[in-house]
Amino acid sequence: MRTSTKRPLSWCLAAAVVAAAAACGSENAGGSSDDGLTLWTHNAGNPQELAVVEQIANDWNAAHPDRKVTVRAFPQAAYNEAVVSAATAKKLPCILDTDAPTVPNWAYAGYLTPLEIPDDLLAKQLPSTVGKYQGKTYSVGYYEAALGLFARKSALTAAGARIPTLAQPWTAAEFDQVLQKVKAGGKYPITFDLGTGDTGTEWWTYGYSPFLQSFGGDLIDRTSYKSASGVLNGDKALAWATWMQGLVKKGYSPQKSSADAFADFVNGKSAMVWSGIWNSGSLSKVDDGVVLPPPNFGNGAKVGGGSWQWAVSSSCPDKATAMEYLRTSLTAKNMAAFAEKQNVIPASEEAAALVPGWQPGGEKRFFLDESKELAMVRPPTPGYPYLTTTFAKATQDIVAGGDPKQILDRAVADIDRDLKSNDYYGF
Amino acid sequence: MVAPAGVLLVVFFFVPVALGFALSFTDARLISPKPLEFVGLDNFQRLLDDPVFWASLRNTLLFAAVIVPAQSGFALLLALLVNVKMRGTNLFRTLYFVPVVTSIVVVSILWRFMYQPDGLVNSMLHWMTGNVVHIDWLNDTSTALPAIMFMSAWQAVGFHMVIWLAGLQTIPGELYEAAEIDGAGRWHTFRYITWPGLRNTRTFILVTITIAALSLFTQIHVMTGGGPLDATSTVVFQAVRVGYQQQQTAYASTISLVFFLLVLTVSLIQRWLTRERSA
Repeated sequence: MRTSTKRPLSWCLAAAVVAAAAACGSENAGGSSDDGLTLWTHNAGNPQELAVVEQIANDWNAAHPDRKVTVRAFPQAAYNEAVVSAATAKKLPCILDTDAPTVPNWAYAGYLTPLEIPDDLLAKQLPSTVGKYQGKTYSVGYYEAALGLFARKSALTAAGARIPTLAQPWTAAEFDQVLQKVKAGGKYPITFDLGTGDTGTEWWTYGYSPFLQSFGGDLIDRTSYKSASGVLNGDKALAWATWMQGLVKKGYSPQKSSADAFADFVNGKSAMVWSGIWNSGSLSKVDDGVVLPPPNFGNGAKVGGGSWQWAVSSSCPDKATAMEYLRTSLTAKNMAAFAEKQNVIPASEEAAALVPGWQPGGEKRFFLDESKELAMVRPPTPGYPYLTTTFAKATQDIVAGGDPKQILDRAVADIDRDLKSNDYYGF
Repeated sequence: MVAPAGVLLVVFFFVPVALGFALSFTDARLISPKPLEFVGLDNFQRLLDDPVFWASLRNTLLFAAVIVPAQSGFALLLALLVNVKMRGTNLFRTLYFVPVVTSIVVVSILWRFMYQPDGLVNSMLHWMTGNVVHIDWLNDTSTALPAIMFMSAWQAVGFHMVIWLAGLQTIPGELYEAAEIDGAGRWHTFRYITWPGLRNTRTFILVTITIAALSLFTQIHVMTGGGPLDATSTVVFQAVRVGYQQQQTAYASTISLVFFLLVLTVSLIQRWLTRERSA
């Protein structure tokens, strides 16, 4: 027994910090229990997804009774804190899932170990489902998510608008026309709902940075990862900020949307809403609902890439088993199970072929094609947590009516100071 | 006998305070493989140049300046009202106390809905004034903080009412009887018997409300996230945001240290103002 009397106390302290008090008393919380590996997942609040994760573990356990994998699920809101506390207490599990943009941060901190998964297996994956940092693969996902512009076809045809396609999205001028005409039609209180009711930081970056990238700006200079100067406060970024602010100022979008902007869309309050694949299941409730790619503001239409992915901790005593577990679980069947149970994009073509609606020409196919063609992963740098909180706050201030130039200059100064004080996170 | 309390005090108070003080002079981060470095007063310099910090400090002080007199005064008024011997006072006491035992997170979420442009608050104003009210309470820089002040006072007033009530009941009944015989009016009874009789209660309430007001966090976190344009950001909220979301442990420690000094100063001033004066 390595578990001395002190350990449960320190574990309880860490757990109390993350409000995961249920973990107290359990001495097998870490990844080092003698009889197998522990796996942590963020989806305690999502029974459908958790069922698939447990199914995969059960399949493994049936085949490898001597190397069992134990699943522990956390609520998403407390998950990252749980991992950070566990890492501090040296209690990380062997296998854990991570939100894609967090991967470089955790890899840099030494929590994660590079994955040993053959290239031919990774080559089958959608590029944005593989988490890379400085040339090494640290995470891989069973599925992907994507953004979409959900609209009522009747509202668009009434405005005389062209229905855009992935090959030919709206231009900035076209989109502006659509907004003007739909608003002039007067049928919908909200013309285009940005979905600003979400107070979570990550939505602001995931949802609105693709617009910035479409304008030609970005959160950080991706050639060096050493500065945000010029990309987040240049002319293009300023054009983006003015456009975002204009949507509110011109009355197209509420400054703060209601908590569920998609429900407003379904109930006929808005003509268009900016949302993601997770809401696509409710699209059928709208008679003439369509999902469209975002407009191209000059640098190509963009959507965010990277969803939850799986990684192996560097403190895992049996990495070989953990790698084998991930490797053997990356099957088309498992990926298809995720896509069947919930609204996510299967991570490979083989998996897409197994799920109704995802084959070429299928009704859900749009998201897979969109993800392939337009997805841009959030900047893969360990400094991402600072980038995203700073960008989200800047965007919130812009939408609230602040001076775009001042806000963006301030954000760049903050980001550059953070980069410098961290020695540019190893870049 | 002192051991359990002493250990808890050391582990959960002295150690964190000392750590926070020490970390303020380093470049500690929540997640980083880099070793800790001593950076002198860099964090304090940054604090001075940080407009969000100044906005947070201003909001925090403003919140306390309004909440402390308003909430304690209103609580006293309620206590006097329910401190009468008549049927139904227990019902009122309970009603006023209900928000206190409700989780502040739940209360905040409910009020967020009520403050929406088409929420209950605007509907009631519309009903009372006959005009359509278009105040987006939490998204307007001029109304967001007052809206949170109102809601916070509503939530906590019952607690202080109970404390005042306890204080009122320590005042001996004979004093009131004597005053009645002397023909003292209501105001004089309050001024010369009730008010002096509440001395200790007053000090307690003043200190607890002040400290609670200065550490405003949950309402901000749930309702506005510090926005719009930092109009509701507070010192504690900023410390949490910087420390956890932005992983800047050292800077968050600096903010916390300044907050600690602020609370300490205010408490000492209050203690001095309410000290036992020897005649």
